[in-house]
Amino acid sequence: MQDFNYIIDVRNIHKSYKDKVVLDNINLSVKKGEFVTILGPSGCGKTTLLRLIAGFLPATSGQIFIGGKEITGIPPYKRPVNTVFQKYALFPHLNVYDNIAFGLKLKKLPRKEIDRKVARVLKMVSMTDYEYRSVDSLSGGQQQRVAIARAIVNEPEVLLLDEPLSALDLKMRQDMQMELKELHKNLKITFLYVTHDQEEALTLSDTVVVMSEGVIQQTGTPMDVYNEPANSFVADFIGASNILNAEMIEDELVRFANHDFKCVDKGFGEHTPVDVVLRPEDIVVFENPSNGMLCGKIQSVVFKGVHYELTVLTEDGYELLVHDYNCFNVGATVGLAVKPFDIHVMKKERVCNTFEGKLIDSSHVEFLGHEFECKEVEGIEAGERVKVEVDFGDVELLDNEGMIEGEVKYILYKCDRYHLTVLTDWDENIYVDTQDVWDDGDKVGISIMPEHIRVIHL
Amino acid sequence: MKHLFAKLYVWLLLAILYAPILIIIIFSFTEARVLGNWTGFSTKLYQSLFSGGVNNSLFVTLLNTFAIAFIAASASAVLGSLAAIGIFNLRRKTRNTVLFLNNIPILNPEIITGVSLFLLFVSLGISQGFMTVVLAHISFCVPYVVLSVLPRLKQMNPSLYEAALDLGATPMQALRKVIFPEIKPGIISGFILTFTLSFDDFVVSLFTIGNEGLQTLSTYIYADARKGGLTPELRPLTSLIFIVVLVLLFIVNQRAKKSAVHEK
Repeated sequence: MQDFNYIIDVRNIHKSYKDKVVLDNINLSVKKGEFVTILGPSGCGKTTLLRLIAGFLPATSGQIFIGGKEITGIPPYKRPVNTVFQKYALFPHLNVYDNIAFGLKLKKLPRKEIDRKVARVLKMVSMTDYEYRSVDSLSGGQQQRVAIARAIVNEPEVLLLDEPLSALDLKMRQDMQMELKELHKNLKITFLYVTHDQEEALTLSDTVVVMSEGVIQQTGTPMDVYNEPANSFVADFIGASNILNAEMIEDELVRFANHDFKCVDKGFGEHTPVDVVLRPEDIVVFENPSNGMLCGKIQSVVFKGVHYELTVLTEDGYELLVHDYNCFNVGATVGLAVKPFDIHVMKKERVCNTFEGKLIDSSHVEFLGHEFECKEVEGIEAGERVKVEVDFGDVELLDNEGMIEGEVKYILYKCDRYHLTVLTDWDENIYVDTQDVWDDGDKVGISIMPEHIRVIHL
Repeated sequence: MKHLFAKLYVWLLLAILYAPILIIIIFSFTEARVLGNWTGFSTKLYQSLFSGGVNNSLFVTLLNTFAIAFIAASASAVLGSLAAIGIFNLRRKTRNTVLFLNNIPILNPEIITGVSLFLLFVSLGISQGFMTVVLAHISFCVPYVVLSVLPRLKQMNPSLYEAALDLGATPMQALRKVIFPEIKPGIISGFILTFTLSFDDFVVSLFTIGNEGLQTLSTYIYADARKGGLTPELRPLTSLIFIVVLVLLFIVNQRAKKSAVHEK
């Protein structure tokens, strides 16, 4: 049965090119009149999802419904959606009026009605009197307004916006954000907005959908995704944050940065490894070190207008980002404290690397497309499929060739170490904890010592 | 001093390039039957060219040449543009392969194209004449249109086609209302280029023209020159063709300049 409360209903959508999975089992329901933003870094599949809904790409599997009707196999020109493109995509050989009237003329509306509708949308985007200008003579912001007018003049049920403001400068972008919000209020149609700008997403949306690597990481109100991030990716991507490895000792008690903290989370079990997120503005700084729970030395102070951004290195070597209204001196020793309510505990997605592999002989195992030497394995026949575990900290990254090669894809700073996602040549991720500084996109060699490879019977 | 030499060099180069054409134009204004003799200024050759003083076959030939060039250029413009759109939408690897195949006929010596077309028509039992010349010309013109349309497609905002579909245009309507206006300058310059290529083609025409008495301008001049010196009226004719081409070139350049300003 189709739920008619939802204007857009995306079900079990998969999209892959050859063996590369771009979208992995996407489910998304959007209520009528909502402003929904799909947020994610470039290459996360957000634009692909939008293009599937617009009909420019076929899905590998899954269904898409709009207004209760399945449109999965319907061509774009028959779908009740219109798109505002990233680079506007105005027709250069037509003037402003003809660009906006393009869709209406195809529908063979009477000339008078077209005139009336074009005038109305031009007024909505404050571009009255620009009808007969050529689109090349307009500024970026003006072109964007025409692009929006061209889409909304067709009165679509859903307006799709593909990073429409990314080509504009900051000031213009902020103005246009407010105008888009106003437009959404007046039109009362559903907006599905794609962006990589987390601030834009938080400002504009009723609902934010955070995506990464073709998977929806979290769906929620802007407040939800900011205050209650579902995992370390969301916490890191949205707003500034301190993410630390922690251990849930028992309900409402968590240990991180070598200190036990009271918190409000429960139900994680006892002695469970978790991630903890501290927002920089939630950390309180005391001039007197003994007043805080942690004690640290100020490494740097940057004036940010409203507040100062401090980096504080605790006695145990954790570097924390702190926002405070007061100015402190670099080198000063201060106390830090966090309220239990401001400590956000998240389940870890994984606690070590796990691979599927094959035992070659008692001291060799094959995984990630390479034969690794391992400790003597007993009780498993050669040639059997096995599970291989390697701790994050036991993977070595090298400048030059290692046993296998990979590319650094994602870096998460965990206050005392970097947590790297490295895509190996075998097209499988390996997760690495390291103190060394690597950059996104670095090509690295990967090597693992025999004693760090755990071979487990399946 | 250096500057002067640079200037002199350019003028010398231009003089060498244009000397043959200038000589033809100059000697079209004299009556001498042999090229190179100056017997005083006269427009008699022009008069006799237009009053039909020469045998009528020159005019028939000219008409044939224009007809062949026009049909070949028009057909190539349509086929080449469609091919360019198809090639543009291929995956990178296939696209490069097809482009390579497209470029071979351009680099291929014309004599080989001519002979192989001749053999093709003979083996298929097609009697040679107007049709075969047109087909032969289309076959070597299409790659040039592809090459002049492709850059326009590359320049085009890739979302334009999708934007048209998004606004309710069927793929055919999108092609007509959005893609075509965008690549039109490429099609026009491709048309003009292939028109001139067909117009002055000699080698391929010679092999495919058959022996039914059909002549194009180039084969006519060749036969005429072998018969015993160039008919003097060809001098004013070639001069006029040169002027027409010059004007055409000027128009094309102006268009290019205008669209460049437009883009800014």
